[in-house]
Amino acid sequence: MTSNQIISLLPYQEPFLFVDELTSISSDGIKGYYSFKKDAYFYEGHFKDNPITPGVILTECMAQIGVVCLGIYIMKDEVSENSHPQIALTSSQVDFFLPVLPGEKVTVISEKEVFRFNKLKCKVKLYNEKEELVCRGTISGMIKA
Amino acid sequence: MTKDELIAKLKTIVQPYIQDETAFANLSENTDFISDLKINSANLVDVILDVEDEFDIRIENDDMEKMISVKSAMDIINEKLAQK
Repeated sequence: MTSNQIISLLPYQEPFLFVDELTSISSDGIKGYYSFKKDAYFYEGHFKDNPITPGVILTECMAQIGVVCLGIYIMKDEVSENSHPQIALTSSQVDFFLPVLPGEKVTVISEKEVFRFNKLKCKVKLYNEKEELVCRGTISGMIKA
Repeated sequence: MTKDELIAKLKTIVQPYIQDETAFANLSENTDFISDLKINSANLVDVILDVEDEFDIRIENDDMEKMISVKSAMDIINEKLAQK
């Protein structure tokens, strides 16, 4: 299953798709990147005259690449173009270390911790272009084909 | 392990995931994980993983579907422990 095939099965679209490409994919982990658009809608309000990517959006980016894309790959034999996977975020615990400014490219690296009974739990890290750790945490979701 | 000991262990395991405090306080053999304790499906998986660790057993998909109450969980745990 290729990066494009996985992304085409994602249930997101603009302005809430935070995956550009997946660069490494296995059933134990995944790596991908996303470049935040300079004119993304949330910069108008976060913050007033001082645009910084909201932590919830960084968490969403980590969840989309690190949990949902990985979950689709793990369930590749059961998902098809006709059966879009159903997903739900069930828990997240994230610590933040650095800000991400408009236009920055971030890389997400996720390691599978457990996948049982349709629940996928991952350890996810997000890095900036200088390869500095921006945030990391544990995110879980349920996925059904 | 006595029945009361098993219930006490289960009670400790489910505590982090329950949403209904009253039902939890009154937990008995007849308590249902979903309708009484209001444990959601994602947390039910956590309960099962914690049960596996606590009792050093492996719960399969078929068992998971049956494991919806304190009583059924006790039956499955006892059955798995007996097989060891």
